[in-house]
Amino acid sequence: MTWLSRQLLRLVAVLFAVTLLTYFIVNILPGDVAIVILGNLATPEDIAGLRKDLGLDRPMLVRYFEWLGSALSGDLGRSYRTSEPVAQAIIDRLPVSLQLMVMAQLTAVGIAIPAALLSVRKPGGIFDRISAASAFGFLAVPSFMLGIVLIYVFSVRFDLLPATGFTPMSEGLWDNLESMILPALTLGLIEWTVLMRVLRSDLLTTLKEDFILLARAKGLPPWRVLLGHALRPSSFTLITVLGLNIGGLIGGAVIVEQIFALPGVGRLLLGAIFNRDLILVQGTVTFIATSFVVINFLVDMLYAVLDPRVRHVRFRS
Amino acid sequence: MSEPLLSVHDARVGFNTPRGLLRAVDGVSFELNQGRTLGVVGESGSGKSVLVRSLIGLVAANGFTTIGGSVKFEGRDLRSLPDAQMRAVLGSEIGIVFQDPMTSLNPVMKIGTQIGEGLRRNRGLDAAAALKRSIELLAEVGIPEPERRAGQYPHELSGGMRQRVAIAIAIACEPKLLIADEPTTALDVTVQRQILDLLQREQRQRGMAMILITHDLGVAAGRADDIMVMYAGRAVEKAATRDIFRQPRMPYTEALLRSLPRLTDAAHTRLQAIPGRPPDAARLGPGCAFAPRCPYRTDMCDAERPDLTMDGRRGFACFHPVGQGA
Repeated sequence: MTWLSRQLLRLVAVLFAVTLLTYFIVNILPGDVAIVILGNLATPEDIAGLRKDLGLDRPMLVRYFEWLGSALSGDLGRSYRTSEPVAQAIIDRLPVSLQLMVMAQLTAVGIAIPAALLSVRKPGGIFDRISAASAFGFLAVPSFMLGIVLIYVFSVRFDLLPATGFTPMSEGLWDNLESMILPALTLGLIEWTVLMRVLRSDLLTTLKEDFILLARAKGLPPWRVLLGHALRPSSFTLITVLGLNIGGLIGGAVIVEQIFALPGVGRLLLGAIFNRDLILVQGTVTFIATSFVVINFLVDMLYAVLDPRVRHVRFRS
Repeated sequence: MSEPLLSVHDARVGFNTPRGLLRAVDGVSFELNQGRTLGVVGESGSGKSVLVRSLIGLVAANGFTTIGGSVKFEGRDLRSLPDAQMRAVLGSEIGIVFQDPMTSLNPVMKIGTQIGEGLRRNRGLDAAAALKRSIELLAEVGIPEPERRAGQYPHELSGGMRQRVAIAIAIACEPKLLIADEPTTALDVTVQRQILDLLQREQRQRGMAMILITHDLGVAAGRADDIMVMYAGRAVEKAATRDIFRQPRMPYTEALLRSLPRLTDAAHTRLQAIPGRPPDAARLGPGCAFAPRCPYRTDMCDAERPDLTMDGRRGFACFHPVGQGA
């Protein structure tokens, strides 16, 4: 079996397991969507009637496979509460989450790579120590707290950026970016830390290699040795962590979207959980899991781009 | 030849280890003239690689490493050269080949790019010209189908081929000095000779001087004009290759020679190994470092360290030299 078909098979297996598991878990959650819809004063007969209408009275496995069948054809069902198609609800929120993810990752990578490169110029030097200390500092701060601090500084004190809310791109690019800067910064300032630490440690390992010595013997200046010879062979862990981050953020950043009142997938999921809108929860989780698996599959493909030896092993006959 | 190409005086390299100062290189001096070959011979850990790397700044002083002595290359003091000028000398006038071509080539960079890199940097060639020259160099070091090979990655080549690529990189900028640091140790016996022949041929054609570092006196035998034997960070014997083989003076050199297989030996003759182990360079006593393994050792050898005394081109560091009457 080729590497590619093995990967695809694994992808299918993972998705099957994830959807089945969420279906189980979502169903044992306490609370009943019928009560949420009808209110506390509804009679047991009304509730039973609504449950029957929604199909909730049938066995769970039957409902799962029904759901799976239509999910495979792209139909994730309709929200119990609003009757809005689940797929449409996700597609509507996705651009916000995607934009947040991209801006957050650019921030994180934009800080992490230069910081790691400058750190390894002189390990244990002043820059290395400052960047290590600030990395651990940011890592220790929970995102909701960092978000609030940023809102306080940039919105309340200096009134530079809006505190919450989202402006779509159709209402002006700058207004749109403005509403996303603080949320992206909140995520990026936390994520650069891990990226920087893994890249720094891989760079230090690579810099001990003979081919680095040979690059120096060619008379290349230190920054050329770092960028031209050391960075690429050192970026595997970085790419892996980045893939995990991206996969996680495609499904929205639940807490950050909530703090900054961004209408992304994360907030959709949170609302669905509060409302016991099980079919919406199921659809959203499935979407998040799928993007996670797909992104990591793409990252795996990227290894082959980075390292010709991986290409050699994978695609040999 | 008025002035030597390379002149090293009292080179020292020390590493501050948790166990104390490790004198990896302890007061080594030598000179190398244009077009000549110096064989630097010694066991692993004798300081030969560190010595040579420190000369050209690949081992540099920092909090962990101390470096001393003077190094003159064509009259320029390399130790006081600013970084940028040192890089220019290193890139265009000194070439180096490392031991293991599996690790000395960048695994994620095409071979042609790796050869051309130095040319672009030091000779100002553009990408196309550098690639063209790289292909010529590959052909020159005996690699078949050089155009195709230039576009390949190191893992697609055999060990011997990779070492040829490493040699192409080293000679790309027409250096005046070629340093070969155990160039055949990591290779199959069958290709060792080819690589040594290639090095020697390139050296003669280009009139380069060469420092050939090896743990194998046999490798240095036919290739080096002079040999410097190192033990525990010091030069213990220096002489013309012919003289070393005719009559070693330092007991360590004698022991090294005895450990070489000879064609004239009867079949199944046991090679004579040197008893004991090389000393711990962080725990050297006041005496001769070789004394614990030396058959001629006396009390004097434990008490005091013999200096390298030169007699013309020949020198040894021993109180009881071999072949006293010879």
